[in-house]
Amino acid sequence: MQKFDAFTGNLAVATAMKQVNPDVCAAYPITPSTDIMMIFSDFVANGEVNTELVTVESEHSAMSACIGAALAGGRVMTATSSAGLAYMWELLGVASGLRCSMIMTCVNRALSAPLNIHCDHSDAMGARDTGWIQIFSENAQEAYDNIIQAVRITEHRDVRLPVMVCLDGFIISHSYEKMQYMEDKDVKDFIGEFKPYRSLLNVDKPETFGAMVLPNYYMEFKRQVREGMENARQVILEIGKEFGDKFGRYYSYFEEYMLEDAEVVFVVMSSAAGTVKHVVNNLRKRGVKAGVLKPRVFRPFPHVEASRVLRNAKFICVLDRAETFGGEGGPLYLEIKSALQTDKNNVPVVSRIFGLGQRDFLPIHVENLYEEIEAFFKTGKIKMFDYVNVRE
Amino acid sequence: MSELKGWKEIPEGAVIEDAGNSQEYKTGTWRSFRPIWYEERCIQCYRCWTFCPDSSILIKDGKVAGINYDYCKGCGICAHECPKKANAIEMVPERT
Ligand code: SF4
Ligand code: SF4
Repeated sequence: MQKFDAFTGNLAVATAMKQVNPDVCAAYPITPSTDIMMIFSDFVANGEVNTELVTVESEHSAMSACIGAALAGGRVMTATSSAGLAYMWELLGVASGLRCSMIMTCVNRALSAPLNIHCDHSDAMGARDTGWIQIFSENAQEAYDNIIQAVRITEHRDVRLPVMVCLDGFIISHSYEKMQYMEDKDVKDFIGEFKPYRSLLNVDKPETFGAMVLPNYYMEFKRQVREGMENARQVILEIGKEFGDKFGRYYSYFEEYMLEDAEVVFVVMSSAAGTVKHVVNNLRKRGVKAGVLKPRVFRPFPHVEASRVLRNAKFICVLDRAETFGGEGGPLYLEIKSALQTDKNNVPVVSRIFGLGQRDFLPIHVENLYEEIEAFFKTGKIKMFDYVNVRE
Repeated sequence: MSELKGWKEIPEGAVIEDAGNSQEYKTGTWRSFRPIWYEERCIQCYRCWTFCPDSSILIKDGKVAGINYDYCKGCGICAHECPKKANAIEMVPERT
């Protein structure tokens, strides 16, 4: 049995955390993720969960405490945003390098300077190469569902890498929307008991965690992280399917929206995908074969599958809510472009940066982009890289 | 050291599965200076034993008996702490 109710993105995440009932949460408040731990600390105070809530003095310490708890064999969760994630950066590689199972919600927010508390993906993109699995959510429902699946993914024997579940700051984290949620018991059954593979607290078999490794072994351990990431591909698919069979909402690497015969394809992640789908509906009414590819899993990036669904495209516009300052395009663009290159697909593909610091990204901006593309079909000319809705 | 293993053969996450196996790792090869202990000058004050950060001062029958070159890294702390009047430890360049 599932019920409907009104949830903000943060409430959805906190509710999923309550149902997961982790052993340890260590977190430090930062906008716009603060809400999650505020709500969750109520659950702790009211005895609705058995979680040991560690109120640390910084995000660096939060991640350190989470790593310790994960190595001790606990089910561990945390949440952060922006500068908080940046401050954890050093420990992100420790968590993946030590093969910690844990789930972190990243409520996406811009990085300073200038100081801005609003949404973009520069925080998560800064962590894209740290060995964390990254899953992006379009709305509260996906955030909730992703958290629950993340438990299974991170704890899978062949994966054992930390998972970051992302949702857009404010746009999703603080907006109410209708969401379907499961009963506690069903979530409990789905995630099962956590059986740690090793434990720091196993006095019968003491082991050393976090030792130094010299050049003669360092690369072997990094190669193992790559393997965990490769294994995650299959695991993510299996768990997305199992989740769908149980709860009716199926998940894969990405959502294909009117993609089958689409000639003009927008590639976009998270909440902005909703805006683009809305415009695509209007374009379809006008007879334009437009579609959307909405990647859900950014790490490991599904390059083979993405290039396969893009084979019919005549034009691709990749929308990034993060910069690479000096790269050819945004981070998502770079992934798509390299996937197409491997597939020997020479379809024109352009990069557009939008919504930095939560600059408005409205249907009119997508319509304008389509007009640019329409002009390209006549003239063969278009800017390869540009910002959307920026003043000169 | 024994033969190097491949990434499929080693414990994930760089976990060391046998507790206390650092004993097998002879760190003495890092040394660029070697402490030489002179028994006849030693007054058995135990300062070197107290201060050696690598527990490399050997004790036999309750007495300082020399240096464990398997683990001594040649930091020179023992020579520095040895009382001036005794001057029982001298640092000499390690032959390479
Ligand atoms: S040189 Fe340093 S490591 Fe070696 S015995 Fe003296 S104090 Fe110990
Ligand atoms: S510090 Fe010098 S005198 Fe004292 S026990 Fe050590 S070697 Fe002997």
